[in-house]
Amino acid sequence: MKKVPYRNQFSKILGFTLIAFLLFTGSVQSQDDVTSESASIEAAAGGGDAINGKALFNQNCAACHALNRKMTGPALANVASRLEEEEGLGKEWLYSWINNSSGMIKSGDAYANKIYAEYNQAAMTAFPTLSNGDIDDILAYTAAAPAAAPTAAVGTVESSANSAGNLSGVSNEIILAALVLVFGLLVVMLLLVNKTLQRIAAASGIVVEKEKAEKRTPIWKAFAKNQFLVLLTTIFLLLGSAYFAYGWMMQVGVDQGYAPIQPIHYSHKIHAGDNKIECKYCHSSARVSKHSGIPSLNVCMNCHKSIYEYTGNPEGPSKEDIENGYTNEFYTGEIKKLYKAVGWDEENQKYTGESQPVEWVRIHNLPDFAYFNHSQHVSVAGIECQTCHGPVEEMEIMYQYSPLTMGWCIDCHRETNVKVEGNAYYEKIHAELSKKYGVDNLTAAQLGGLECGKCHY
Amino acid sequence: MASNKKYWKNEAELNPDDSIVEALRQNEFVEQIPVDDFLGDKETLSTTNTNRRDFLKYVGFSTAAASLAACEGPVIKSIPYVVLPENIVPGVANFYATTIANGYDFASILIKTREGRPIKVENNTIAKVGGAANARIQGSILSLYDSTRLQGPMANGEPIEWDVLNATIKAKMEELKGSSKKIALMTQTYASPSTDRLLGELLVANENVVHVTYDAISEDAALTAFENKYGQRALVDYDFEKASLIVSFGADFIADWQGGGYDAGYSRGRVPKNGKMSRHVQLEANMSLTGANADKRIAMKPSAQKVVLAKLYGKLNGSSVGGNSSEYDAAVDTLAAEIKKAGSSAVVVTGLDDVNAQAVVLAINEMLGSKAFDVTAPKYTRKGDVKAVNGLIADMKAGRVGALIMDGVNPLYSLPNASDFKEGLEKVDLSVAFSTNWNDTTEAVEYVAASNHYLESWGDTQIKKGHYSLMQPTIKELFDTKQFQTVALEWLGSNQTYYDYIKQTWAASILNGANWNQALQDGVFSADTMSVDAEGNTQDIVASANAAEASAIVPIASAIRSLANTTSDGMELTLYSKIGMGDGQQASNPWLQEFPDPISRVSWDNYVTISKSDAIELGVENVNVANGGMDGSYVKLTVNGVSLDQVPVVVQPGQAKGSVGLSFGYGKKVGLKEDMQTGVNAFLLYDGFSANQSVSIEKVTGNHEFACMQLHKTLMGRGDIIKETTLEIFNTKNHSEWNEVPMVSLDHQEVPATSVDLWDSFDRSIGHHFNMSIDLNSCTGCGSCVIACHAENNVPVVGKAEVRKSRDMHWLRIDRYYSSEETFEQDNTKKDEFDGLTGDKGSLSGFGELEDPSSNPQVAFQPVMCQHCNHAPCETVCPVAATSHGRQGQNQMAYNRCVGTRYCANNCPYKVRRFNWFLYNNNDEFDFHMNNDLGKMVLNPDVNVRSRGVIEKCSMCIQKTQKTILDAKRDGRVIEDGEFHTACSSACSSGAIVFGDINDEKSEIAELKESDRMYHLLEHVGTKPNVFYHVKVRNTNEA
Repeated sequence: MKKVPYRNQFSKILGFTLIAFLLFTGSVQSQDDVTSESASIEAAAGGGDAINGKALFNQNCAACHALNRKMTGPALANVASRLEEEEGLGKEWLYSWINNSSGMIKSGDAYANKIYAEYNQAAMTAFPTLSNGDIDDILAYTAAAPAAAPTAAVGTVESSANSAGNLSGVSNEIILAALVLVFGLLVVMLLLVNKTLQRIAAASGIVVEKEKAEKRTPIWKAFAKNQFLVLLTTIFLLLGSAYFAYGWMMQVGVDQGYAPIQPIHYSHKIHAGDNKIECKYCHSSARVSKHSGIPSLNVCMNCHKSIYEYTGNPEGPSKEDIENGYTNEFYTGEIKKLYKAVGWDEENQKYTGESQPVEWVRIHNLPDFAYFNHSQHVSVAGIECQTCHGPVEEMEIMYQYSPLTMGWCIDCHRETNVKVEGNAYYEKIHAELSKKYGVDNLTAAQLGGLECGKCHY
Repeated sequence: MASNKKYWKNEAELNPDDSIVEALRQNEFVEQIPVDDFLGDKETLSTTNTNRRDFLKYVGFSTAAASLAACEGPVIKSIPYVVLPENIVPGVANFYATTIANGYDFASILIKTREGRPIKVENNTIAKVGGAANARIQGSILSLYDSTRLQGPMANGEPIEWDVLNATIKAKMEELKGSSKKIALMTQTYASPSTDRLLGELLVANENVVHVTYDAISEDAALTAFENKYGQRALVDYDFEKASLIVSFGADFIADWQGGGYDAGYSRGRVPKNGKMSRHVQLEANMSLTGANADKRIAMKPSAQKVVLAKLYGKLNGSSVGGNSSEYDAAVDTLAAEIKKAGSSAVVVTGLDDVNAQAVVLAINEMLGSKAFDVTAPKYTRKGDVKAVNGLIADMKAGRVGALIMDGVNPLYSLPNASDFKEGLEKVDLSVAFSTNWNDTTEAVEYVAASNHYLESWGDTQIKKGHYSLMQPTIKELFDTKQFQTVALEWLGSNQTYYDYIKQTWAASILNGANWNQALQDGVFSADTMSVDAEGNTQDIVASANAAEASAIVPIASAIRSLANTTSDGMELTLYSKIGMGDGQQASNPWLQEFPDPISRVSWDNYVTISKSDAIELGVENVNVANGGMDGSYVKLTVNGVSLDQVPVVVQPGQAKGSVGLSFGYGKKVGLKEDMQTGVNAFLLYDGFSANQSVSIEKVTGNHEFACMQLHKTLMGRGDIIKETTLEIFNTKNHSEWNEVPMVSLDHQEVPATSVDLWDSFDRSIGHHFNMSIDLNSCTGCGSCVIACHAENNVPVVGKAEVRKSRDMHWLRIDRYYSSEETFEQDNTKKDEFDGLTGDKGSLSGFGELEDPSSNPQVAFQPVMCQHCNHAPCETVCPVAATSHGRQGQNQMAYNRCVGTRYCANNCPYKVRRFNWFLYNNNDEFDFHMNNDLGKMVLNPDVNVRSRGVIEKCSMCIQKTQKTILDAKRDGRVIEDGEFHTACSSACSSGAIVFGDINDEKSEIAELKESDRMYHLLEHVGTKPNVFYHVKVRNTNEA
């Protein structure tokens, strides 16, 4: 069982913060790079607004098309000019195809039928709402030479964002560091003062005489002679070691912080954090079942059919990510692992049927004798996933945030009020019980949430 | 004070020359202790590098390493679906309606599945017919995960491919086309419209195909009698709810008589309503489950039953019936008077394996115009034809059969003339057996076609005319198996699946435009247009009956004559089936093996039941030995020259003198694990497919060790455990007289026990408060709740040896008590009248007498599970607070907290706590379903599997109540009455067990608690249980 501790990242954060802080001042001027890039797209497009085209493309086409790559539909880079050259078809053909592709197929258009057959007879959705102007814009975008990634600017922009984000988060550490510095200075000063005083004394001829030590019994002998003290110390030591032994034993089997290496490096940070995917989109059974459910691979493919590579945030990976090896290529590689597991043939955009189920390493392991039901907590009580699972949206590597001990469960049940609003089930019992206990809101414990049999059967 | 006494160690010392004595004087042991054997030879020992210190080092190191390693948790893998099936949410159960039709059990049921694997059988409550699962059907889920199942087709014991097998059969069929040799299909009863159609098509396609239906336990007599009268091979359906008087001649209709399924209707009629309940008179030889429930039971041999039946017919008919006058003449008079008085509300049934008896019963019911008697929509659950089977065997022996294909039958085990069959089988060119398990028949045939379990199959049944049900697979085939019908379709050259075939059949002739998907979801379909259809048929049947009757006067007369002249010659054997084992199809099912017979309370065995007087005559006995087990003598049974050499004996109160009983279904050897090879094969004595045989019986040496769960037979006059009264008293007297609250002494004053309390009571008026009601009137003791509890709560099977040590783990037991006098009432009176220690009414001898059950006792059943006492004695004594009380009334048990002092079990007045003496899972010593991965698939994932050293007990299915509550919370609604269930309450088709929330004033359970019949078990102990019982009322009103 390999554990990747997460706590000692403090030091890293501290280090990065300092570096970022130093860089911060120099990175402001790179902000206008993006605008210059878009200007270049517009310039290349000729007829049509490539910027608007890009927006339209992402909105309407990107689910099935990419610029330089076959997906559900063909690659679209320079589609207009290619059609012109290879097939002799003009923009008019494209207009009518996009507005009503199935109509064209029915009408017997040769090239339309060819395309239709080539792509698994999956008819393209008709976009009657797109005006010719819109289509021109999109074509302009597809015709624009894909801009080279503005790599030069990336590092600084990323780190500036980073440092901005971190500044508030790590201020405690800075204060601490400052304090340490101050203390260090004080010590140095003290030593200096001492030295100076001695020098003054020497200069003024005062001999600082060390008191002559009387012949005393050594302290350890005195200690050994005092039986009461020995007894006291022994008791203290025994109690102390018992305390620590107890503490150590109580953490046996508590895997807080357990962060195993998974067969596919799945980043909750990217999915739940960067892309803000709702937890229960993937862990859907948490709503109705005792299990939150590790999503089946077909759920992954809902998105990853079209997201075939990781491009990260537009600015590229941060220095920290690069240090950890979390490059775009790395993430794209992990997506390929998914494809392999689910049996997705990227080339032909088809399932091969040869799947290899992913053997995830289970992180949260409740013992068999404890019954836990997600839906009770998620659906009925409306508790945020993060309450128990921690800031998942920030976890590059998923780890066990809570201790999952009984004491931890009980504490929460003691403190948490039952969510009774709008739930007809609770109406009667809450009215009666809260009256009996003389409280406004019942805690889970007051409703019987501490009874053994509620979780152990 | 010195003594000169010499103490002898043993008798041998008397002989001064005894060598052993001499040897013992010199040495400690007679023989040299074989030290060398376990220390090996000295040479290797001295040359080895491992000396004692090294050894200690190794031990020390490995112990340290092991304990260090134990601190690190294991890596647990979690593997999600690649593509999640649409209907599956991990952790949420799905229910599918299906049907069991294995040739013996037919019922519409629901299957609970978790993550795609079936884990529990539930009753299909919307089924109008056959919606109740008995103990065997409840247990059938485990047979799906039987590790001894056949895993693929075989040829001569070697695995082959289905293609090869199919090609062989097809080629043979082609070859036999036009030849004089027959292709014989010998199958179970299907009662399936689609299979009937399929077999019909097969018959058309191959003219030389013959189809023979074979029931291991035959209902041929009843079928033939029905056929003679109504022209159709079927069984009458009875609705016992409509009968005010039930007279049964040896018909065990609560159990398996004529396919069973009658207990629910019977029980509904047995609950006193408006001062009325049905009266049940049973005349029988064996003490059956049905007899045990009767108001009046007359023990008589089968031959006497026949005479009495004939005389009864005469009395009712007004004709005089000859025959020998007997001791029962008075009883016949009373019975006839009772029946006449009841008129059309009376019904007479018989389980005698005799066409005449069955015909007479049909005639009587017809004569009475019995309301409970339904011939217009008969049942089809038995079709077996003895004549055809015998004909087939004759054909086989004569070499007239070219191919024999069997499905769902095991004739080499269950045929009385199995040796003839075997002889014939050798002359058959091609023999194929479709079977789920390796058995006597698969061992003998050439090709074995591994067939599906019913939970992996498609199918349909018509249990009763007009009432159809569908069988759908609830899991994909676990092994390389196929069902017979799929293969048969291939023989027809059809590439249709059996599913499509059924759908086609239903669309064409059953659904009549109704929705197929709805029918499949419901699992049952009753034709609405039945009335039209039935009318036509009714007319047909009545017409044919009328026609038959004209000519039937003579046959009935001759039937009566032959019945009346039945003579008895010596001992008579009645073969029967146990509700736990049936015809033995599920002999490899550990739940059913460990299921105690409701009457004898013996598990893991069958045995000869014998009356006490016959036992004394024969010199056979049952003794309870010191380790708490019961032992029994062996006898040898001989029927028509066929003997069973060593059959253990159980002395059965209520067994008719001069008769013995023996159950089917045991004595299987082939294909079973050693633990499951229990009992003796009664089919060997099933001469001529008649359950009634004359038998000679002799004692043989040896003692049999039984695994009996209840050694104590009587109540010893303690009427407060099972409270009883008669209908008359119940109707006329105040409940304080027949349902007395026990009095206790407080400050030298007699006060009701319910008013005294050691503890302050908690306020339980808020929230749910669960109670369970058990009506002793409707409980028949059938035991399906016991198996349902097993399945729901992962109760382990412990095996015969452990049961014998009273270490059975059943959370729910059904206690059975016999009266010592003729009735329990007389027991109570006798005890109350004890006067002094000795003398006529002395308690010393009196209590001794009370221990002995009467020769024809009253019987009472009482399901007992944890009573969930509000003032529980177990809770106060647990040193670690492992058992505590919930505010919903449940007595909770935290297994992980239990340290196994067993103090609670000692302090429990109801003895419902069970201790895990061993680890019952993953333990080769207990090689039952929890010891293999396949068998473990049946485990309920919501309930713990307990480990060694902890106490366990009924939890009132807290996992189910919690689930119901959670569902309601999630939907944000109030819980309706009837939503709460336990495994036992939902398994109880007779409605004896009702579960619910008494804080819901409008609920059924709250109403039941207010009933006059309500009482608590051992009320004077003051435990305030949350389980209550209803006083048993017996209808003793004669005429």
